[in-house]
Amino acid sequence: MKMLGAQIVIECLKREGVKHIFGYPGGVVLNIFDLLYDDRDIQVILTRHEQGAVHAADGYARSTGKPGVALVTSGPGATNTVTGIATAYMDSIPIVVFSGQVPTMLIGNDAFQEADIVGITRPCTKHNYLVKDVKDLARIIREAFHIATTGRPGPVLIDLPKDVTSDKTQFVWPESVSLRGYNPKYEGNRWMIKQAAHAIQKAKRAVIVAGGGVIHSDATKELKELAEFTQIPVIMTLMGLGAFPGTHKLALGMPGMHGSYYANMAIQNSDLLIAVGMRFDDRVTGRIKDFAPEAKIIHIDIDPSSIRKNVRVDIPIVGDAKRVLKGILNVLKEEKEKNQWDEIRKAWLKQINRWKKEHPLTYEYDENVIKPQFVVEKLYELTKGDAIVATEVGQNQMWAAQFFKLNRPRSWLTSGGLGTMGYGFPAAMGAQVAHPNKTVIDIAGDGSIQMNIQELATCVTYKLPVKVAILNNRYLGMVRQWQELFYRERYSYSHLDTVPDFVKVAEAYGAVGLRAEHPSEVEPVIREALKVKDRPVFMDFIVDWKEKVFPMVPAGAAIHEMIFGEEKRPKKEKKLRAVK
Amino acid sequence: MRHTISVLVENKFGVLSRVAGLFSGRGYNIESLSVGETIDPQLSIMTIVTTGDDQIIEQITKQLNKLIDVIKVVDLTEIDHVEREMVLVKVAPKQEDKAEVLRLTEIFRGRVVDSSPRTYTVEITGDERKIEAFVELMKPFGIKEFVRTGKIAIAREGVKR
Repeated sequence: MKMLGAQIVIECLKREGVKHIFGYPGGVVLNIFDLLYDDRDIQVILTRHEQGAVHAADGYARSTGKPGVALVTSGPGATNTVTGIATAYMDSIPIVVFSGQVPTMLIGNDAFQEADIVGITRPCTKHNYLVKDVKDLARIIREAFHIATTGRPGPVLIDLPKDVTSDKTQFVWPESVSLRGYNPKYEGNRWMIKQAAHAIQKAKRAVIVAGGGVIHSDATKELKELAEFTQIPVIMTLMGLGAFPGTHKLALGMPGMHGSYYANMAIQNSDLLIAVGMRFDDRVTGRIKDFAPEAKIIHIDIDPSSIRKNVRVDIPIVGDAKRVLKGILNVLKEEKEKNQWDEIRKAWLKQINRWKKEHPLTYEYDENVIKPQFVVEKLYELTKGDAIVATEVGQNQMWAAQFFKLNRPRSWLTSGGLGTMGYGFPAAMGAQVAHPNKTVIDIAGDGSIQMNIQELATCVTYKLPVKVAILNNRYLGMVRQWQELFYRERYSYSHLDTVPDFVKVAEAYGAVGLRAEHPSEVEPVIREALKVKDRPVFMDFIVDWKEKVFPMVPAGAAIHEMIFGEEKRPKKEKKLRAVK
Repeated sequence: MRHTISVLVENKFGVLSRVAGLFSGRGYNIESLSVGETIDPQLSIMTIVTTGDDQIIEQITKQLNKLIDVIKVVDLTEIDHVEREMVLVKVAPKQEDKAEVLRLTEIFRGRVVDSSPRTYTVEITGDERKIEAFVELMKPFGIKEFVRTGKIAIAREGVKR
């Protein structure tokens, strides 16, 4: 059957199981949008900015495990997607972005709304395509979805010149994909798996560090089984939160710069570190030469280039986390009975418990000023942890990571690698589209929320009840924290002089706006917000602007060299304009 | 250490910039790079000469392998192989030196591919040492122009890849 390029795009999307597209129209993609106008199977979510569309597709993907799709026009439409694509790339999120392009005969002519988006996104996509002939279109779309979702997932961009969408060709759906340069390795090397199992048997002070890869490969069950079977405590990186129940007695929280004291101490004192689907980011390792000095390192990752990139590895295993963990478990179960493990781990777990008591994750409650951590705790309490939580970037992100205990995978949306302010709100919106009946919360700062605040309109239009908790301190809080601690309290351009009245902003868009200025108002505001089911809610929490995220590993320090809140220098706060 | 890496890639537009972008984006350096079609016109081979310690070379190989359009990466440095490079040198010797230039060209098994009343253009093929030696010998006569292809390399037959 002969079809137009635009029809082929839509037919391929349907065959890939796509139900939602986050998009923004423009000249060169009108052929596609015209067909979407009366399509019954695919719903288009019209965002208010292309960056919002890509973050939404990303949040959709993180919360479902299915690829998110965005459709934008050429030139500025395409360049506006770059931050979203780079965010997804750093966190290995499967999204497929379709960008319009000027007609093939105009490419290179500096035509109106022309941008070399394939060139621009080359270093931040897993792969990208410029479709030059409608005959290649179906194959390319098929390949794009395959590449985005297999191996180490990632974003793929397809650039569609306008004439390609209006040209006709015979539609042929490729039954399979064959790419001779792309064969991800899923099975781990069996000898290495055995080595890993033996190392686990020999180790006295073992610790697991789980990353986002555990979630991508759906290995949470295997991870839990391995941890419980061998009684090895589990640390989760920022991307790995939710991979292992946060309330489990073997869970030690997050490592690294703002990790828990006990997670960092466990790593530094371990004799075996089992890294699963994580890539030893500098925020996790601190000063690399003093990272886990006594540990043998097992590194399981599907991406060979992650292994030995930052740290030395004793037992590298390239493969899918789920299969490799299963393999290790099988070897262990064959060779040793469970009861011995408790004995082996006794001293180690006892030591860890001592660390937990020494420096628990905590903050000083204040009855007159709202502490931001208190807001996060209350959100956790009142949702009973049953929510999808998005964050922006900065203090809000770290407090959310520390105090919202996640028990399920795919319920945590945060820009870990790129650290994109403005990510959380549109990502939460994307997750809400995929899960209309779930509570979706964005924990935000007053700085970050203003970076994609326009998506309020999208949420109102599609009746998406995203709850945004703004920890409003009138500062770029994390910047302020660094300035206070490391830049002699010179608060250079981190004070946001003018912050809008978020309640009025919400109301202006037709959303609900609520405010809490006193700790006693926090709970009622959250309760009120949770009742709203048909529109977004902004909760404006006026929080203590002096509050900092602790513990903290200063840049360049080893991860056991943490500083804590109570150690801060005697109060000599410079007179700064007080908040409110 | 210096490494010669042979990369088999899809012969498509944009592949060169993916490879070059990988090197520049990650701060690796390229000493020379040459690209050409293989017998199969759908494929090309890139020969890249780069430097770095073992860890960097390992990363370069792995990152190259990650590119979808890269089919195979072989670090030829680890195996017995033949390397060749070609240069074209335009020399402008004085009248009395012309014979010497031609004699040296012959010793190096080069060829004069163009001549004018004032210049000879000499083609020399060989490994790096030979080329460097020839260029050093030509310098005193006055090199007007000089171009080189960059290295190409191939494994010796019977060598396990």
